[in-house]
Amino acid sequence: MIARTLFTAFKTSILPSSSSQLLPLFSSSPCRSVTTLVLAEHDSGSINAASLSAIAAAASLSKHTSISLLLAGSGPSLHQAAQHAASCHPSISQVLVADSDKFTYPLAEPWAQLVQLVQQKNGYSHVIAASGSFGKNILPRAAALLDVSPVTDVVAISESRQFVRPIYAGNALCTVRYTGADPCMLTIRSTSFPVPAKSIELASNKSAISEVDLSMLDVDSIGKSRYVKQTSPEAERPDLANARVVVTGGRGLKTAENFKMIEKLAEKLGAAVGATRAAVDAGFVPNDLQVGQTGKIVAPDLYMAFGVSGAIQHLAGIRDSKVIVAVNKDADAPIFKVADYGVVGDLFEVIPELLEKLPGIK
Amino acid sequence: MKIMVAIKRVVDYAVKIRVKPDRTGVETQNVKMSMNPFCEIAIEEALRIKEAGLASEVVAVSMGPVQCVDTLRTGLAMGADRGIHVEATAPLYPLSVAKILKALVEVEKPGLLLLGKQAIDDDCNQTGQMVAGLLNWPQGTFASKVVIDKEKQEVTVDREVDGGLETLCLDLPAVITTDLRLNQPRYATLPNIMKAKSKPIKKFTPQELNVNVKPDLEVVEVTEPPKRKAGILLSSVDELIDKLKNEAHVI
Repeated sequence: MIARTLFTAFKTSILPSSSSQLLPLFSSSPCRSVTTLVLAEHDSGSINAASLSAIAAAASLSKHTSISLLLAGSGPSLHQAAQHAASCHPSISQVLVADSDKFTYPLAEPWAQLVQLVQQKNGYSHVIAASGSFGKNILPRAAALLDVSPVTDVVAISESRQFVRPIYAGNALCTVRYTGADPCMLTIRSTSFPVPAKSIELASNKSAISEVDLSMLDVDSIGKSRYVKQTSPEAERPDLANARVVVTGGRGLKTAENFKMIEKLAEKLGAAVGATRAAVDAGFVPNDLQVGQTGKIVAPDLYMAFGVSGAIQHLAGIRDSKVIVAVNKDADAPIFKVADYGVVGDLFEVIPELLEKLPGIK
Repeated sequence: MKIMVAIKRVVDYAVKIRVKPDRTGVETQNVKMSMNPFCEIAIEEALRIKEAGLASEVVAVSMGPVQCVDTLRTGLAMGADRGIHVEATAPLYPLSVAKILKALVEVEKPGLLLLGKQAIDDDCNQTGQMVAGLLNWPQGTFASKVVIDKEKQEVTVDREVDGGLETLCLDLPAVITTDLRLNQPRYATLPNIMKAKSKPIKKFTPQELNVNVKPDLEVVEVTEPPKRKAGILLSSVDELIDKLKNEAHVI
């Protein structure tokens, strides 16, 4: 307990300006201090957008929170990412770096052990990751090692241990309270925790960067899984999960050739391309474009669906879009129940007309 | 090698669910229940591995109320050799399920444990990862291709990740969770449904397996998601462009 207090004291000493303002609040508040570990993904020297959302979620847990970021990898790009991490959010008090060739690829086995190691040393109250394939792969494994129940896909934080998450493909919202021991572990839906633009550029305070002592990692069990390769389709367009505009095609497109119309329209709007499961299964596009319960969850300003019927599994992935446009020749298609603007018509006539009449990207 | 497959009984994916008026959960009385679709894919994969001569036996396990036996029978009718039912009346969270699975793995000693990547009721996507962690086995989550090398005691798994496909090689024994595109599950034929009735289903309780199922999560309430306000149907592309520009201000 003394060590814990000292640790907190150490962290507040890094942030003298902000912590002094928080002190009066701290003493009057009944809730215990929130110390959060955020598992961050990095890519070519910076923290990725989903992890920035996880930091935003961590910051919203409590008014007086201190956040530690955990980064793992190997080589110069890791340390470059750590520099970026140190100044990417004012609530970050510490950046922990695990540099080892065991972390060259984000495998669950060494990562889960790393989280367990860091948790046992520093005793965080919360551990958070974004709910992408990285977080969903690693966090539950780490939670099992720590013997706690994690909470998946949090869309709202009502108290530091009470969260809202969608169940049944988003057809119901469930409020859950975590009653177990520390840490409380969450994956958060990044579209629900947008990153304020200014915090990305904030570089006024730099937090401490320290290396994690990896001598305790159990190397034998880590060797049981090996990375072979990754195949990623070339992506010139904006990232689907974070795009401002998303144009999606469904089975109604009929062929992969016709799907090019969707791509053309996306190009004109500076939009990302999405697809329904039917379009992916029919082989029109690769599966990482799938939007829905089992694919990506999107929440763009504008979502345009062409030839999409609107199965509940698909709607689960687009429910939080600001404006939904649907073009379908079946006036009874369920997509029209959620669309703000609907056009009942043949997409093979509507898309060319849109291509002709739409203004380009602003 | 023996393969163990975990299957879950859930509200059928085609059912439009209703939230209970008292907000304690979702209506499951008199609602069609089925095997979780991802679990069907896991059973199918286990059967294909067995049919390729790489496994000797497929054991299906399910936990929950008595009705889970129906779900197990469906798995047996697809071709699983036998079933295990762990009867539990209280709701089970993934951590408890993972602990029960670990206990069953210690009894049955399978060389491969297959699960679906998530159940379509709680949408958790945790159990496979958690049991892999508890067993200290390697994990291949969101698998869309599974190739077993019997000589080397390895399995190569293609995983669906955010940026495309990732290929991993895991030492056996391992835990694999299935994604939608792994395979197309077969239908149970009538003769196989009849045959499944005589296949054995072993019973356990969590207590017999020395698993404490006390949850560390509590459901406060379940509500309907906010409704989107009704939209409007437009008659022309010009009108659509006008609305997007001047009303919604999104282009």
